[in-house]
Amino acid sequence: MRSHPDVGRRQFLKVSLLAGGGLMLGVEFARPRESAAAISTFKPNAWISVHPDGRVSLVCPRNEMGQDVHTSLTMLLAEELAVDPQQVAVGEAPPDPVYINKLMGSQITGGSTSIRDAWEPLRKAGATARTMLVAAAAARWKVPAAECRADGGRVLHGDKSLAYGALAAEAARLPVPTQVTLKSAGGFKVIGKPLPRLDGADKARGRTIFGIDVRQPGMVYAALATCPVLGGRVVSFDATSAQKRAGVRKVVDIGEGVAVVADHYWIARSALGDVAIRWDEGPGAALDNAAIYAALEQAKDRPGALVKHAGDAAAVLARTKPIEARYTSQMLAHVTLEPPNCVALVSARGVDVWASTQFPQGAQAIAAQRAAVEPGQVRIYPQFIGGGFGRRLDVDFIGQAVAIAKAIPGTPVQLIWTREDDVTHDFYRPPSLHLLSAALEGGRIGAFAYKMISPSITNRMFPGAVKDGIDGFMTEGLVNFRYDIPHLELRTVIQEVGVAVGYWRSVSNALNAFAIESFVDELAHAAGRDPVAFRLAMLQGQPRQRAVLERAVAQAGFAAQSSGGRAFGVASMECYDSHLALVAELSGSGDRAKLEKLTYAVDCGIAVHPDQVVAQIEGGAVTGLINTLRSKVTISKGRVEQSNFDTFSIPRMPEVPPIEVTLTPGEATPGGIGEAGVPLVAPAIANALFALTGKRVRTLPLGDAGVTFV
Amino acid sequence: MTEFELNGKPVTVDAAPDTPVLWVLRDYLGMTGTKFGCGKTLCRACTVYLDEVATFSCLLPLSSVQGRKITTIEGLQGRVAEAVQSAWDRIQVPQCGYCQSGQVMAATALLTQNPRPSDVDIDQTMQFNLCRCGTYRRIRRAIHEAAKALEAR
Repeated sequence: MRSHPDVGRRQFLKVSLLAGGGLMLGVEFARPRESAAAISTFKPNAWISVHPDGRVSLVCPRNEMGQDVHTSLTMLLAEELAVDPQQVAVGEAPPDPVYINKLMGSQITGGSTSIRDAWEPLRKAGATARTMLVAAAAARWKVPAAECRADGGRVLHGDKSLAYGALAAEAARLPVPTQVTLKSAGGFKVIGKPLPRLDGADKARGRTIFGIDVRQPGMVYAALATCPVLGGRVVSFDATSAQKRAGVRKVVDIGEGVAVVADHYWIARSALGDVAIRWDEGPGAALDNAAIYAALEQAKDRPGALVKHAGDAAAVLARTKPIEARYTSQMLAHVTLEPPNCVALVSARGVDVWASTQFPQGAQAIAAQRAAVEPGQVRIYPQFIGGGFGRRLDVDFIGQAVAIAKAIPGTPVQLIWTREDDVTHDFYRPPSLHLLSAALEGGRIGAFAYKMISPSITNRMFPGAVKDGIDGFMTEGLVNFRYDIPHLELRTVIQEVGVAVGYWRSVSNALNAFAIESFVDELAHAAGRDPVAFRLAMLQGQPRQRAVLERAVAQAGFAAQSSGGRAFGVASMECYDSHLALVAELSGSGDRAKLEKLTYAVDCGIAVHPDQVVAQIEGGAVTGLINTLRSKVTISKGRVEQSNFDTFSIPRMPEVPPIEVTLTPGEATPGGIGEAGVPLVAPAIANALFALTGKRVRTLPLGDAGVTFV
Repeated sequence: MTEFELNGKPVTVDAAPDTPVLWVLRDYLGMTGTKFGCGKTLCRACTVYLDEVATFSCLLPLSSVQGRKITTIEGLQGRVAEAVQSAWDRIQVPQCGYCQSGQVMAATALLTQNPRPSDVDIDQTMQFNLCRCGTYRRIRRAIHEAAKALEAR
């Protein structure tokens, strides 16, 4: 099969790297000044410190948002450094080029890349430090380094042993080795083994400090009113009565909204209700859902960008009467449970920012821009994130906090959004339209043409990274399309619709997987084939993909025919360098379906922290249910019609069925896992629904088609 | 001035009587374990005990707690709480962790009233606590584990 070169995430990232200054707002990194830390502390690289008292610390280059990076990255380090991971103190990295995520081209936590990016460098960092500590001990004992070994934070030789702390000062004076040997998988003592999350106990006891929990001396609070119409701006305001309230410090116009700054948050919130604001609603006022989907529809004849092709699908389809379908997906809000918030201090020293963010470098850039200072004058202190899901790749709320704090210099200000602010002013998951056309040949797909139409997130956030009409995030689910089809044509069309769209956990993998894996099911039925056998026949050269599909099917007791009011649906894909298959089991009849079980088989190669790989798949499944069941964002007259968890309803405990996750043992380099559980939920459930009821639903959420899940 | 008992100690707060207890705890008293999630009792990240009954502090006005007892996650203790938190540790429940104060408070209240809850009992109590990361299945398992551990003692 001839295939167009994959223009996937890797390529996008390279472009992004080349763009260099094309990173958010084109602002460069600012390197923090080296602190005059104790010289006897051993810091062989940007990640590790071994202190004279024996403490080992890791500067974690990625942000912890529940996905386990503090623990799993510590495990990579600890494996080679030969320390107990539970003895490692983890802190988060400030913006610095050394912490760039090479798979993303900037200092970003996203794209399920943390382990994949850190897999080599962090283990090498650990091995380098261990080699030097061993050399220091060998020199002290006057024995060959090769006769010494390291274990449990000590160097050992015969019956002699020295703790790392005692060797720190000497190791710090040694040259850093340029080549180190990494352990082979068979020798792992930490990677792949059970370990409690380093942040778990604190989280069960309310001790974790999230961004919203940051307290600074003399800190005041801000509440912000922004235009109810997306993109609207302040014309004028009257704050006379708000300013009379006890505890109100200042009322500030920051352009996109008016903020009340007060001694306490509730005072700020209450006083904000007294501020009368006149808005310029701008062009957004004309926007509504019908117009958004009409814009996508009107783009359907544009050729867009060719993402992958083989043979001549157009010619084959023109000769036959193809099977055609159109699928659509809804807009979604992120609703991180910790609402957007940020503490900012603007002073003669520059700007200090404490925030939950997935993008410290972007935070630094926006803070510099809004305070009108150089990035080098901005210090970012990343905090534990109370839910990211892509929302905290955006830094709008950080810029707002800085703009407010600039009006009250020398005083730290904490801006806290309400849930309503959050739901109505998010960057929404793009709405999408998918056009599919296929011809069967010999019980297989002979030709397949596909077009995905949606607005481009990357166009908004990293405009330089979209080249030749290709947004490397829209092509997710397409560049990694693995079915062997002789005539294939996969395209994406960027069509803006007037809504600022954002990366939402699993981004276009979820959109494309719903359309493709549902349509493949349709084609299997049209061909009169079992949907599993139908897929397997097109996966001859994909042993890992075949294996997970066969495993999930066996584990779930999959049957193609419904019986006794029960039915199964299957979906499978490769994403983030991991291979997954999912079987959904439904019961019920007609329009009331009960989700009985979700059964995953996952091959992510080496699972660094297996229990938390399972946890990410479980959580991904629930995020997939948000996408599938009923949640949606709709817009009318430029206003988002949902506002809180009553109108933007997300799954609660009784709706979440048992989720069984089987990890197939793998020797391959680790794949990504943070988003991998999400995309298959919608197609697996839609396919099960068809098996149960004979009704094919091609729109998300499925609830819009009159299906109630009980 | 409003006086009440917080985690066993008397406190006095000078705030407007309509101030929700959530913000009194977080801003005036520096107790940040209790979380803001929705402001409408829809997510219950703000769960505290008012006179030992699980209550949602985001809409609870300060004026209504004069002379009463409030327990937050920071002051949660006792054999049921210990069993719950150690089950949370064993099952590795938290992901981002933001909702978990409220989950642990709700689960402890449930097991205090009903030492052997069925799945339906768990659903009925815990359905009000949102977890955006989707740790629900582990929460359920941890509650069953805690119940077993309490029974075995």
